[in-house]
Amino acid sequence: MTTRLAVEGATVTYRQPGRGVLTAVDGVDLEVGAGEVVGLVGESGCGKSTLARAVCGLEPLAGGRILLDGEPIGRLGLRSRPERLRRIQMVFQNPYASLNPRRRVGAQIEDGRRVSAGEAPSVVELLESVGLEASAASRYPHEFSGGQRQRVAIARAMAAGPELLIGDEPIASLDASLQARVAALMRRVALERGASLLFISHDLAVVRVIADRIAVMQAGRIVEQGPAEQVWADPQHPYTRRLLAAIPIADGLGRLPVV
Amino acid sequence: MSGLEIRGLALELGGRRILDGVDVDVPAGQVTGLAGESGSGKTMTGLAVLGLQPAGARRSGTIAYDDGKVRVPNLLDLRPGAMNRLRGRRIAMVFQDPTASLQPMLSIGTQLTDHMRRHLGLSRAAARTRAAELLERVRVPSPEAALRRYPHQFSGGQLQRVAIAIAIACDPEVLIADEPTTALDVTVQAGVLRLLRELTDDLGLAVLLVTHDLGVMSAVADTVAVMRDGRVVEHGSRYQVIREPRTAYARELVESLPRTPPPGTGEGSA
Repeated sequence: MTTRLAVEGATVTYRQPGRGVLTAVDGVDLEVGAGEVVGLVGESGCGKSTLARAVCGLEPLAGGRILLDGEPIGRLGLRSRPERLRRIQMVFQNPYASLNPRRRVGAQIEDGRRVSAGEAPSVVELLESVGLEASAASRYPHEFSGGQRQRVAIARAMAAGPELLIGDEPIASLDASLQARVAALMRRVALERGASLLFISHDLAVVRVIADRIAVMQAGRIVEQGPAEQVWADPQHPYTRRLLAAIPIADGLGRLPVV
Repeated sequence: MSGLEIRGLALELGGRRILDGVDVDVPAGQVTGLAGESGSGKTMTGLAVLGLQPAGARRSGTIAYDDGKVRVPNLLDLRPGAMNRLRGRRIAMVFQDPTASLQPMLSIGTQLTDHMRRHLGLSRAAARTRAAELLERVRVPSPEAALRRYPHQFSGGQLQRVAIAIAIACDPEVLIADEPTTALDVTVQAGVLRLLRELTDDLGLAVLLVTHDLGVMSAVADTVAVMRDGRVVEHGSRYQVIREPRTAYARELVESLPRTPPPGTGEGSA
């Protein structure tokens, strides 16, 4: 498998007034192959969202580098990027904030199509691929439920024809019973269009179902990575074991998960 | 019976029947789980008990409340003033998202003492002292300092502990918890579940736990009621509902769980 995204020793630091420097991402190495789904899990504050932002060029790197198809990704500034680096798209956590409330859904998906380098699928096709009707294009974001809005955000990201789709906790703000469904949808849509997917979530149980490989992050470092089934069944790092032990199992025995 | 007895609870909103005759008991000292998919009416059942249903909704049926001292044959017949005296005092609620259920502009101290002063008639100082004890009870670190802080200065897990402290502040008999751990990390969730169980056992609370997560249900609930289309389709012991479901729908719900081998065991199948 060819490597699509390579993160090599990436470090991101924040300067906190009066409290020194916080290293949010600390020398992370991570690879995402072409057509591969990698799940990045960790608890809140472990730096997984910062890493996602760095991959998009939204955070400057303090060290290391990030390559897309072998080319380094610089920080996103006011200038538009060379076309070959535009092939990363992101789906954010909160579709209530990431969609423009004053523009029709169709127009927002059209924005995505405009930056697409190749032949972009039509708005209707995109909506259909995420399970929405063609009539959705003429509606505004507030007319949709949370799950539908996130589907719109996924359609918009896919409109740009990305080679790498990043989901930053894309299911965290959704109604609980929808989470697994939207996660599976993201995997299907990305792979159908030949994109790789970096799926970030704190929910190991969902990630396990959709990811080929899982990377576990703790305090800015990746402590374990491997095939999804292996990480689930035979975790090596104590932190991964702790995460797994905390997941309540539906066995009807009334066992409280270990803290 | 001490606790809540819900019989034939129905709720109509804009001509649609959201709840269609819910029957469920929430006895003291037990966690009663309410499971079901989104839209099945489980959250609405919790809200309807406290009279927090959306404006324009019409409720019918009976919700009997009894704690040995106070007996209300039907909460639905109470006037607003009488319901206000019960809500937060005898029946309390914890919501899914503590960042939304707490007021961002008021300190934790204010939000934790306000209802104690009103319901229990405590002085400012007494309420403050009790607030610090409560934070200690739910294991929020350095309670005195925490009282002076604001919601944004806490992590999600700590905030949910604060929300639970607020709910149990007036020694309620009934606690309604609507997806209390869904917004939390698993390790934090484990702590909050333990806390819920502990409070149920120590304080003899009657807990109505609304969650879609059968794993959570299996960990803390004593009995599980499965809801569908505004009705309880099955209600039994935790073990029976999860391991030997009687109705087709409950079986479907259990079988729709990803075939998850227990993590970290290396076992091939569960």
